[in-house]
Amino acid sequence: MKIEVNGETREITATTVAGALQELGWGEARVATALNGSFLPAAARAGQKLRDGDRLEVLAPMQGG
Amino acid sequence: MRDFYGVTLASPLMLGTAQYPSPAVMERAFRASGASVATVSLRREAGQGQSFGEIIRGLGVHVLPNTAGCHSAREAITTAQMAREMFETNWIKLEVIGHADTLQPDPFGLVEAAEALIADGFEVFPYTTEDQVLAQRLVDAGCRVLMPWGAPIGSGLGLNNRYGLKTLRAAFPDIPLVVDAGLGLPSHAAEAMEMGYDAVLLNTAVAQAGDPAAMAEAFGLAVRAGALARRADPMEPRDMAAPSTPVIGKAWL
Repeated sequence: MKIEVNGETREITATTVAGALQELGWGEARVATALNGSFLPAAARAGQKLRDGDRLEVLAPMQGG
Repeated sequence: MRDFYGVTLASPLMLGTAQYPSPAVMERAFRASGASVATVSLRREAGQGQSFGEIIRGLGVHVLPNTAGCHSAREAITTAQMAREMFETNWIKLEVIGHADTLQPDPFGLVEAAEALIADGFEVFPYTTEDQVLAQRLVDAGCRVLMPWGAPIGSGLGLNNRYGLKTLRAAFPDIPLVVDAGLGLPSHAAEAMEMGYDAVLLNTAVAQAGDPAAMAEAFGLAVRAGALARRADPMEPRDMAAPSTPVIGKAWL
């Protein structure tokens, strides 16, 4: 299916958010996620099914003032 | 000494982590400043996030995540939730930006977001204006720290409204107050501390200085000087001269 990851369309075979992170190379990374504009806790990623067109944000620590 | 949600800070300097020429320069600036708090953000992971997270943890200071760039309460709340999980802290520097040019806070969205986040267990550091009525609304919402701006973010103009900042200090004697944003020189930071502010938060003035580590040290000294001067109870200014040398006993020449 096609989902949007950090603003880019990606074709994935995974069906859960945890699976998608693994597939996209963030399996071991410390990231925070939001699905369709709402916070998705790390503990909920494995049980969160993805649907075609879902919008996933994958965020990491960055410089800030 | 006023504490920040139960935390007593070793230094009243809070320093941003953005805009440095390199991560190594940023680390040197932190060490030179003695800052006790580092502000950080969350952005889309594009490869650098993992190593930056390690650098931040290595600084050994309190981490204060921000919601920089959020223009609505909803956006700020979601960002705060993600930041809490990422940085494992209930602290959040709450920014809800209301205007793209001045980056001034949206007071309505700020109160809305503060209420929701405090109900969810967050310890909110709201980036606000010096408006006293807004400050009261934030305190009513449960904020136990207020962070009025000195001047617009990144402007380096210093304390734009001294009257407003002094009034705020007098109106909230028990609330820790931090001048956040707009400071350009160590003298600005010293003045905020002399007014009785509990800390200052700055970034650009250090990161964009020709020698960030030296400027960071200068700010560290300035906040110490300002805090010491406040405790020492400064004299009242007066309009006319008053001789400091005794008049009595002067020779008749």
